Amino acid sequence: MMAPTWIAGGGVICGIGQHVQACVQAFQRMQPGMAPLQFLRSAHTAFPVVEVKAANDHLAQLSGLPLSTARTAMLSLIAAREAWTSSGLDEVRDYRTAFVSANTVGGMDKTEDFFPAFLQDQGKGRLHGVSQHECGTITEVVADALGISHHITTISTACSSGANALMYGARLIHNNLADVVIAGGADALTRFTLNGFNTLMILDTAPSRPFDDSRRGLNLGEGAGYVVLVSDAVAKDRKGLWATLSGFANANDAYHQTASSPDGTGNYLAMQGALHMAGLQPADIRYINLHGTGTQNNDLSEGLAIARLFGNTPPPASSTKSFTGHTLGASGGIEAVFAALSVRDGLLYPNAQFTTQMKELPFSPITTFSAGNDLRHVMSNSFGFGGNCSCLVFSKGGS
Amino acid sequence: MKIYINGTGAISPQQTAVGAAFWPAVQDYTTNRLKVVDPDYKQWIDLKQIRRMSRVIKMGVGAAQLSLQQAGISVPDGIITGTAYGCLDDTGVFLQKMVVQEEQMLTPTAFIQSTHNTVGGQIALLLGCHAYNNTFVHRGFSFESALLDAIMFLREGEARQLLVGGLDEITHFSHAILQRFGLYKTNPGHSGSLLQLHNKGTIAGEGAAFFVLGAASTPHTKACLAGVQTIYKPTDNAAIQQATTLFLAAHGLLAADIDLLITGRNGDVDDDQWYNTWTTAHFPGKPEAAFKHLCGEYPTATGFGMWLGANVLAHQQVPAEAMYSGTVPAKINNILMYNHHLTTHHSLILMQVC
Repeated sequence: MMAPTWIAGGGVICGIGQHVQACVQAFQRMQPGMAPLQFLRSAHTAFPVVEVKAANDHLAQLSGLPLSTARTAMLSLIAAREAWTSSGLDEVRDYRTAFVSANTVGGMDKTEDFFPAFLQDQGKGRLHGVSQHECGTITEVVADALGISHHITTISTACSSGANALMYGARLIHNNLADVVIAGGADALTRFTLNGFNTLMILDTAPSRPFDDSRRGLNLGEGAGYVVLVSDAVAKDRKGLWATLSGFANANDAYHQTASSPDGTGNYLAMQGALHMAGLQPADIRYINLHGTGTQNNDLSEGLAIARLFGNTPPPASSTKSFTGHTLGASGGIEAVFAALSVRDGLLYPNAQFTTQMKELPFSPITTFSAGNDLRHVMSNSFGFGGNCSCLVFSKGGS
Repeated sequence: MKIYINGTGAISPQQTAVGAAFWPAVQDYTTNRLKVVDPDYKQWIDLKQIRRMSRVIKMGVGAAQLSLQQAGISVPDGIITGTAYGCLDDTGVFLQKMVVQEEQMLTPTAFIQSTHNTVGGQIALLLGCHAYNNTFVHRGFSFESALLDAIMFLREGEARQLLVGGLDEITHFSHAILQRFGLYKTNPGHSGSLLQLHNKGTIAGEGAAFFVLGAASTPHTKACLAGVQTIYKPTDNAAIQQATTLFLAAHGLLAADIDLLITGRNGDVDDDQWYNTWTTAHFPGKPEAAFKHLCGEYPTATGFGMWLGANVLAHQQVPAEAMYSGTVPAKINNILMYNHHLTTHHSLILMQVC
């Protein structure tokens, strides 16, 4: 078996809080972040969204980046910095430090602003606007600000991107190519994604109701979330480690470009694979942080796959997207932080807006917050377009 | 651990998809935008689907199928792609309609296909492949990241044969924008003479190159992939020299052991200076091949370079038009490829006979 990879810290910025502690408080106080559009300019004002409650100038201040920086990069740096600080590690340059970040649309917010003038006349539009278009550019803005150059890369597999970044980071450590990896994802809300999800007719005009029989779709959110992964050698003698990343798997549903297979084949294979790597049985899992987007299709496929793997009485499960909205490329990173924190502090997160159990499923999500539970092993699911299904398992370290 | 290149497939501005060792006859261009030579995609994809697919999806699926056919397998144990730009055409279509139609009456197809992992997902869908599927989108390291992921995966023993590729497309919009950044020559002349020009700019290219990489050799094995190294924003040329020395040493080689160099020369006077310094300092007089006068410059062009290198090792010949300097050695055991993209993303790829 692999030597464990440790979670030494984490950072989150999203629509329910600009740091981890604020997010936990929002769960505790049962305060989901859905609100009308406030910062993004779009024609689609009917859909509630979960924006980070800060304009770009505020984020520029918080991150220390120029105001012209893509919003995703600012969110990314804020969360990555919090993750690093919380880990208590010294300087980036003291280790072979890697930065593995995920996002789905790079600096699309700037490209959107560039395009109207460009479409009028291809010689027009300020080029600076498209200089951050590539997903990799976002990662580099942050890596450069943190002083990381040993190894950097960017992953983009739609809504499972952030989870895949953690897997790749753990494997860099396992293959002795890095000692410390900041891994996760970031995505700002953009008109491109808001309009895109609108064409798919899976945006709810009310706050989303994941795993509820009356669910009608998702709410888009934005944010960033990163963990600091460290090797067994770096972890040795360190106090305050959160958890280990004990298992992970990525499988493909190979069913449809956007829809999940009715029985959740890919979801099942990913969860099964992660358990297998961790050397665990389904009964060992004490909490599942669901992908739980709130769409008809996802929740049914995911739910059936869970029932198939865990039987009729699965462990407590909830979708934190009922608070944060679906943050796309960031979600795997944000929810990894929540899951690792679950292990550390015994946190069970509530599923907001829940009233009615899905008739196809033998279980419903938990709806109240609690802390201090003994959660030895916690699972986090992330599924994306292209049939991309990922699952992470976090465990208490030590014996 | 050796990594075996058990199949290769390329769809490129050269006729690389017609069953020749390299290409039947070299294609010369006089524009600064090279376009892939489309093979008959119907041999791999249903006509209904072809109509819906953008060029980058088609070239990706095609190159993937070519490499699987060569390797004699139908379903790999994982699919890993690298693309800097992703599905630019679908992104552009959706963006344009969003702006022109003021966010009204949009249709989902372009949005659905704009996702960066569309090609990897489509290949999985067509092959019915439920295994590991990942997509790297890190500029000039996209293909190298995919290779590194594959090498780790094979070392971990979880997979026997992986499908790995790099691809990018040029679109009308992207070319217009990148041209404004001053990346391309306005009077490029003949692409065959590109590397003899010593002025500003290069020519834009595109393409898809896929490989079946395995943990064991098969009757189809073409060559071995010994290692990949990326160097991000080196402070100066000395950093590349140092990285090269360490990289060779890690593989138990000296500069003298390298039989052929492949460089990413692209005809831009500033870009090429890095290659000049590198070859002069490390490998004086060493035979050198190049490839960007054949495929153009793009962030995943090293995929084409690796396709060339693997086939050079397999066939023990170098197409005359690919040689930049020196004479082709009688026996080619070790090929070292050095590439950089926009002077910020540098990589070394070592290929060997098996």
